[in-house]
Amino acid sequence: MSMPFYVAPEQMMKDRADYARKGIARGRALVAVRHTDGIAIVAENSSKTLRKISEIYDRIAFAGVGKYNEFDQLRVAGVRAADLKGYQYSRDDVDARGLANSYAQMLGNIFTHEMKPMEVEILVAEVGLEAADDQMFHILYDGTVVDRRDYAAIGGDSDATGERLAESWAESLDLAAVVGIAVEALSGPDRTIEPDEFEVADLSRINGRRCFQRLDDAQRDAVLG
Amino acid sequence: MPFFTPGDDPGANFPDLLRRVGLAPETHIGGIGIEGAGLKGTGAFDIPHATTCVALRYADGVVMAGDRRATSGNLISHRRMEKVVQADRHSGVAIAGAAGPAMEMVRLFQLQLEHYEKVEGSAISLEGKANQLSMMVRSNLPAAMQGMVVVPIFAGYDPRRGAGRLWDYDPTGGRYEERDYVATGSGSLHAGTVIKIGYRSDLDRDAAIELVARALWEAADADSATGGPDPLRGIYPIVATIDADGWIRVADDDLATRYETIAGEVRSR
Repeated sequence: MSMPFYVAPEQMMKDRADYARKGIARGRALVAVRHTDGIAIVAENSSKTLRKISEIYDRIAFAGVGKYNEFDQLRVAGVRAADLKGYQYSRDDVDARGLANSYAQMLGNIFTHEMKPMEVEILVAEVGLEAADDQMFHILYDGTVVDRRDYAAIGGDSDATGERLAESWAESLDLAAVVGIAVEALSGPDRTIEPDEFEVADLSRINGRRCFQRLDDAQRDAVLG
Repeated sequence: MPFFTPGDDPGANFPDLLRRVGLAPETHIGGIGIEGAGLKGTGAFDIPHATTCVALRYADGVVMAGDRRATSGNLISHRRMEKVVQADRHSGVAIAGAAGPAMEMVRLFQLQLEHYEKVEGSAISLEGKANQLSMMVRSNLPAAMQGMVVVPIFAGYDPRRGAGRLWDYDPTGGRYEERDYVATGSGSLHAGTVIKIGYRSDLDRDAAIELVARALWEAADADSATGGPDPLRGIYPIVATIDADGWIRVADDDLATRYETIAGEVRSR
């Protein structure tokens, strides 16, 4: 009978985390920024069909970076969980916090029990009836949840992107202004990105029941100026 | 949070997802429900029934209308029921039949359209939506056999064809696309006749609204289960149009004026 080599748990967790981080760092960053009417989400994405940002429910949006098939699986699971909860209880009972906890549980479970961790980081954003109720949750590959208030940066090089956002973000900016600072934060000091490399979506409380709106090319170019 | 293995995945099908997680509506509407509760057939108890709804095609799209009354036997059970509801941006459903299962069906239908759109990233075609509703009516067949028949009308604007389209159904889920107009429910004979006489394919929006308002007036005049305009309580039929710009509900004030005119004409006959 063959005996597997002993690997210390610390080492195993570290290896898995390094593996996931490496996968995520290869992808481009994504930012979400709060404005007067809601939350704008901007991603660097060269694909026109494989989306990083999408709608989960009336007031909730999802954004993912890393391996596309893995975060898309999480997106669909989120849509299902939200629609089931809304059907079983009421549309008002679906909230981002519950959804973020479910995601955290699932990612944590996969991180410890599966062969390989998911190489993803996701963001769940909810726009409140009032600006004070807007919230964002950043969920990591191992199930760690971080709640964010005004802005969030996830994905490769997110620390530097987050610092740039911290410098430029201010209260009471409108959609076009926050998309502007999001684009600057994603580009950084020594890179310019073409406008058609951006995927932009707006989660806004003035959009009616379904707050999520994906900006098409013309609308995006209009806000990018 | 529901998670499925690739071969077992229900895709964008919300009713199937409900079955997988054990929340399927059939278990409380049809099947064992009524027999199990010791109630037999239709005569055992009176459940609220919704009545007359019409839909017709006009030049730019479709108009849908329905009265507000629900009856149980000879009694009026609800005066403000909304039988004509928006299904999504470009379509609507009108229902006649047993109110409980019908409302549940509409709720599930609305959810299915939105669920599909979110999961797949694009909306179902208008024909696909009509098909989905047909499957839901068919799954209600066991309950229909026990008297809880649901017969909807589905209408919408088809962006692929640039025109309005409408469908009616039978209790077995049979789906029939109609060219000009549809009427369903107990007052459908009278409402349908009014539309049949006044119908032209090039009606504009205003004329189409006028025609369905008159159709419901005549249905309410001759059928006790159809509610007419009720100025006393400020209740008017629900009338909505669907064209390239989406669903627009006609305001009660507008309908109040139209019915005032119709009543005036009837008085001077």
